[in-house]
Amino acid sequence: MEKYVVQMKGITKKFGSYKANDNISLELKKGEILALLGENGAGKSTLMGMLSGLLKPTSGTILLDGKAVEMENPREAKNLGIGMVHQHFMLVPAFSVLENIILGDEPLKAGRIDYKKAAAEITRLAKKYHLEIDLNAKVRDITVGMQQRVEIMKAIYRQANVFIFDEPTAALTPQEIEQLMKILRALAAEGKAIIFITHKLKEIKAVADRCVVIRMGKMIATVVVAETKEEALAEMMVGHKVNLAVDKKETKQDETIFKVEHLSVESHGQLKIKDLDLKVHTGEIVGVAGVDGNGQSELIAAITGLQKIKSGTITLNDKQIQRQSTRKISAVGIGCIPEDRQNVGLILPLTIAENLVLKSYYKSPISKKGFLNYKKINEDGRATIKKFDIRSQSEKEPVAALSGGNQQKVIVAREISAHPELLIAANPTRGVDIGAIEYIHEKIIEQRNEGRGVLLVSFELEEILKLSDRVVVMHEGQIVGEIDPRNTSSEELGLLMAGKKLAE
Amino acid sequence: MLYSRATKALAIPLISIIAGFIIGAILMLVFGYDPIQNYQNLLIGSLGDVYSLGETLRNMIPLMLTALGFAVSSKAGFFNIGGPGQYLMGWFGAIVFALNFANLPTWLLITGSLLSGALLGGIWSFIAGFLRAYFGTSEVITTIMLNYIALYFINFAIKNWLASKGSDSSPNIARRASLNTDFLQKITNNSTFNWGFFIAIMTVFVIWVYFNKTRSGFEVRSVGLNEAASRYAGVNVKRTIIIAMLLSGLLAGLGGAIDGMGNFQNISVSNSLPNVGFNGMAVALLAAENPIGIIFAALLFSALQIGGLSISVYSNTPSEIVDIVIASIIFFVGIKYIFEAALAKNWLKRMHKKMDRGADK
Repeated sequence: MEKYVVQMKGITKKFGSYKANDNISLELKKGEILALLGENGAGKSTLMGMLSGLLKPTSGTILLDGKAVEMENPREAKNLGIGMVHQHFMLVPAFSVLENIILGDEPLKAGRIDYKKAAAEITRLAKKYHLEIDLNAKVRDITVGMQQRVEIMKAIYRQANVFIFDEPTAALTPQEIEQLMKILRALAAEGKAIIFITHKLKEIKAVADRCVVIRMGKMIATVVVAETKEEALAEMMVGHKVNLAVDKKETKQDETIFKVEHLSVESHGQLKIKDLDLKVHTGEIVGVAGVDGNGQSELIAAITGLQKIKSGTITLNDKQIQRQSTRKISAVGIGCIPEDRQNVGLILPLTIAENLVLKSYYKSPISKKGFLNYKKINEDGRATIKKFDIRSQSEKEPVAALSGGNQQKVIVAREISAHPELLIAANPTRGVDIGAIEYIHEKIIEQRNEGRGVLLVSFELEEILKLSDRVVVMHEGQIVGEIDPRNTSSEELGLLMAGKKLAE
Repeated sequence: MLYSRATKALAIPLISIIAGFIIGAILMLVFGYDPIQNYQNLLIGSLGDVYSLGETLRNMIPLMLTALGFAVSSKAGFFNIGGPGQYLMGWFGAIVFALNFANLPTWLLITGSLLSGALLGGIWSFIAGFLRAYFGTSEVITTIMLNYIALYFINFAIKNWLASKGSDSSPNIARRASLNTDFLQKITNNSTFNWGFFIAIMTVFVIWVYFNKTRSGFEVRSVGLNEAASRYAGVNVKRTIIIAMLLSGLLAGLGGAIDGMGNFQNISVSNSLPNVGFNGMAVALLAAENPIGIIFAALLFSALQIGGLSISVYSNTPSEIVDIVIASIIFFVGIKYIFEAALAKNWLKRMHKKMDRGADK
C-alpha cells in the first residue's frame, strides 16, 4: 500500500448554514504535485485553510503520515511540516532577504543571531532546489518573482514536507512562471509533496500529476492530468461548456479618439512615467501589458485626473483634458473600472443603488437644488440590476453583501451606463469567477463593437492577447514596444515585459 | 440574518444603558446606599414635575447640538474634539452681538445673536477643517488646541472688554433678547426652559434630512466611508472635509449661543472648558451618530444630570454616583464589540442547534 503524506477524509466546513466545503476527500503522496482546481469561491482556500491550521473542519479528519491531527493554529501546522506560500507575500519590506527567511526561527549563538550559519544553510538549500535568491538584498528592492522565491525558501528552511501554493502565478511574468515550474519539479524530485491551487489550466497541464476539481464546495473529480484534456478540466470546473472565444466584429478604427503625448508623471519624487505616448482609435481595444509596478497605476491616475501630471498632454476627441478635475474628466467621457474594486471602485457600506450613481448623483435628474431624488436612484438601480444581471436581494442592499463578481458587475454597469467615449479597464477580471469573466469580457467587446475606445490594463497576458486589437508594453514608465496580438505568443510578450527589446 | 438592522442598532445602546445602571446600583449597595430609592429620586428629580421636566429639557439643548456637531464631523471621518471650544465661541458670539446691537428689533436681535454665535463656532472648526484638508494636520490635535485658545481668549475678552471693573462676568443681555420668556417660565414653574429647545429639535431634523436626502450629506457620508473611492468618483474631498467641519462647528456654536441667550443671559470667566462639549460626544456615541437617536440619548443624559442633583438632596448619597453611571454607559458603548461578539455567538449556537435538529430528522 502506498503511503500518503496528507489525507483529508470527508472534510466538511460550515459557516453558519453555508457549506463552504461539503464532504471533500483528497490524498497526497510523497513527491507528488497535486493541482487543486476551482473557480473563485469554490472552496479551495477554505480547504487549504484547514490544512494549514487557519480553520477547523466542522466534520472530517486530516491525517498526516497516517496519523490523525487536529491543528489549532497555523503555528502548529508549520511545526508539523506544512508550508504555505500565500498569494500575498508576508514579508517585511525593510528587512533583507536573509532576515526575512529566518524571521521567527533565528539560529542563536550566545544569545545573538548567527547570521553566518543561517546564510550558509540557506545557500546550500538554494543550490539544491535551484532557487535563485540574493540574500543581502532588501525585500523592497527585489522583483515579485524573487519575493515568491523568498517565501518558498522560508518554507524550505523550516523543513516543510508539504507545500501549499496559493495561486502562485498570479503576478508573475511568463519567464518567472517557467522558473517557478522548475522549482516545483525540483521540490517534488526531492520527495516533497505539493498542492498547487490555481484556475489556470495550462499550468496544471505543465506541472501537476493529479488534479482535484472542486465546484461550489463539492468535490467533482480527481483526475490524472496526463490523461485529461484542458477542455474537460474547464468543463468540470465550471459545470458547463465554456466558450473561451470572443466575438469581435470588424470595426472602423480610422479615427483617433484618445491621445496621450509626452506624458511625464512624478510620484513621491520619482519619475513614474517618462515621456509616454499612447493612442486609442475608435472601435479599438488597446491592451497595456507590463509587470505590476511599471507605471500602469500612475498612467490611469493621470488620465482620470487623480494624479497631477508633470508635463505632456492628454486629449479626448480633440479636447485637452489634462489638469482637469476628476469629475470633469469623467463627464467629458472617460469611464474607468479601477484596479482596486473594494477600496476605490465602490463604497461598500452604501447600497447598490447609491453605488450605481456614485459618479452621476450630482447632476439632474438625480440631484435637484441640492436634494437627491432617492425614488429615482432606487428605480434606476432596480433597472440596472436587472439589465446587468447583478445577483442581489434588493437595490437597497449594501454592496458589501455581494460576491466579488457581482461587485465588479456593479462597477461595470455604472461605467458602461454612462456611455464613455473611452473606457479604461484595469485588471477588470482579477479575482472574479469564470461566469463573471465571460460577462465582463463580453461587455468590453461590446463597447469596442459600438465604436468606442477601450484601454485595457491587465496583468493577465491571456486576457490582453484575447481582447486587444493592439498591445503596447509598459516597462519602467515607458512604452517599450507594440505588438500585434494575433501573431505574438505570451512568451514573446513576456520578454518585452521584462524590458528586453525584441530582436529585429 | 436574525436581527433586523434596526433592532441590532438599538440593542447595543440599550444593553449599555442597563449595564451602566447595574454598575451604579452595585456601587451604591457596596457603599451602603439604597439604589432603588436613589433611582426613584433620580426619576422624580428629572421628570417628576413641570419644573424638573423643564430643567431636563433645557439641559438637553446643548447636549443635542454639540452631539450633532460631533456626529457630522464623525460621519465625514473626523474626530472633532473641538466641541467645547466651538460651544464657548458660540456662547461668546451670541452675547457680544446681543449686547452691542440691543437696539435692533426683537426678531433681528435674536436671529442675529444666534447666527453670530453659530458662525463663530463654525469659524473655529473651519480652521481645523482647513488645516486638515490642505495640510493633513491631525484634527484631533488642532481642535484640542483651539479649545484652549477659545477658553483663554474669551476669558481675556470678558475681563478687558465686556465686564465692568472688578467683575468676572459680562452684563446681562436685554430681556427681550432672551430665549427664556415669561410665558415659558409661567408654564414650567420658573424653570430655565426656553425656546431654544424647539430650535434644537428642529435642527436635529434638518440634520437628519441633510444626511439622508441631500447631495452634500451624501458626499459627507461617502468621504467618511471611503475617501479613495470618493476621490475616484469625482467628489471634491477637500471641500467636503471643510464643509463637514464647518457644519460641525456651526452646530456646537448654536448650542453655545442658545445656552447663553436662554440659560445664562451673560458670559463669565471660566477656569476650565465646559463639560457639555465633551458630554455631547458621549451622547453622539450612545446614539451611534444617528440624529434621531441623539434626541433620546440627550434626554437620558440630561435626565441623569438633572436628576442626579436631587439624589444628594433627598439622601446623603453623593450625586457623583450619577457621573459613574454615565461613565459606565459610555464605557459599555465603547466596548460594544464584546456585546456584538456575544450576541453573534449566541446566534451561531442557536443556528447550529437548529441545523443539527434538522439533520437528525
